[in-house]
Amino acid sequence: MTVHPPLLSPGYKSTILRAPHQAPILLPPTLTELTGPVLGEGPVAAADADLTVDGTGEAQGQRIVVHGQVRDTDGRPVPDTLVEVWQANAAGRYLHKWDRHDAPLDPHFTGVGRTMTDAQGNYRFVTVKPGAYPWGNHPNAWRPAHIHFSLFGRAFTQRLVTQMYFPDDPLFAYDPIYHSVPEFARDRLVAGFDLGATVESWALGFRFDIVLSGAAATPMETR
Amino acid sequence: MSTSATPSQTVGPYLSIGLTWDEGPHVVTADAPGAVWLRGEIRDGSGDVVKDALVETWQSDPSGRFHTPGFRGLGRCATDDDGRYAIRTVKPGVVQDQAPHLDMSVFARGLLHRVVTRVYFADEPAANEADPVLVRVPAERRGTLIAERSPDGYRFDITLQGPDETVFFSV
Repeated sequence: MTVHPPLLSPGYKSTILRAPHQAPILLPPTLTELTGPVLGEGPVAAADADLTVDGTGEAQGQRIVVHGQVRDTDGRPVPDTLVEVWQANAAGRYLHKWDRHDAPLDPHFTGVGRTMTDAQGNYRFVTVKPGAYPWGNHPNAWRPAHIHFSLFGRAFTQRLVTQMYFPDDPLFAYDPIYHSVPEFARDRLVAGFDLGATVESWALGFRFDIVLSGAAATPMETR
Repeated sequence: MSTSATPSQTVGPYLSIGLTWDEGPHVVTADAPGAVWLRGEIRDGSGDVVKDALVETWQSDPSGRFHTPGFRGLGRCATDDDGRYAIRTVKPGVVQDQAPHLDMSVFARGLLHRVVTRVYFADEPAANEADPVLVRVPAERRGTLIAERSPDGYRFDITLQGPDETVFFSV
C-alpha cells in the first residue's frame, strides 16, 4: 500500500488541473534511475544549517532544533546526502514575491537552510518555529505550521520532497494537503517533541526521521 | 527490518526560495564541447502556463557514465513567469542498451508527488526505435517524450494533463 498521496486530491484545489489523467507507465529502473546526484563538499557551509542568524542579527520567534536520521526502507542510514529546507517565518510569512499575507517579514530570516547528512545519516537544523498562514484554497483556510524538506538520497528513484509538521496542531483537521496522505501514514509527517535534543535555556528540540524508498545501485555498479 | 517510506507532499508555491541556486540550470559551462540549451514550457489541464514549477534533470555524461569527476549530471530550474525553464547541458551518451535520454522530475504547487518523465532526442531516430523504455509507451504517445531540435539546442514542452498529456513514469 502506498504511503503517498494520490496526485488528484480534489480537496486541494490546485491538483484538479495539474494532476495527470493517464496512469503512469512502469519504468523498471535502469542505471539512470539507480544512480543520482552526489552533491557533497560543494556549496553547503556549516552556517547554512542555522536559519536563525544571518550575520547582522537574529530571527524573531521560538527558536527550535530540528534533527533526525535519513534511512532507506531497509533501515540503512543514508549518509552524505543533501537535505534542503524552506519555511515561513514565525509570523507565517514567506520571503517570496507572491506571498501577500498581511504579516511582517523578518529582516533577519530568509527561511532557507541546507545541510548534508553525516556518516550515520543524521542531520540537524536550528531555526524558528514557522507560523501558520492563510491560503485561498477554501473559506478561512489555514495551513498548519510546517517546514518543507527536499532530499536526494542515493538514487533518482529515492528523490523526495515532503513537509514536516508539528505535534498536535489543531489545523490538521482542516488541511487538505495533510489529509491527502493515506490516514495510516499521516503521523510519519509529524515531528516528535524531543527533550533530548532540547537545549537548556535556549531552544526546543524536535525529531523528524525520514525514510526514502526506491532501489539504488552500489557505487561499483555506476560505471 | 523494512519500514515504509515518508509520504510525499507538494513543494507549494514558494519552492523557488528553497530549491533554486544560481548555477542550478548549468549542468555544464557555456564553453563545454557540445553544450546545448534544453528549453521548454509547462502547461496545465486548461492550457495555462505553470509559473511555479521546478524541473530537475539527471543524466549520464556524453560517454554514458555517471559520477564522472567534474560532471554533476544534475540540472535544476524553476519555471519563470511565462512557465518556461532552460537547462544548459550536453547530450548524454548510451547507457546500457538505451537511446540517449535524460530523466526529468517535475515539481509544482498542486503536485502532491513529483511526476517523472524522460527526454529523448529527435535526432536519434534509430536509437529511439530500439529503446527498451520507449517500446513500453503506446506509439501514439511516444512523441511527448521526444525533444525537438531548436536554434540553440532542444525543445521539450510538458503538458501535465489533457489530450496532449506528457507520458509520465512510475519509478
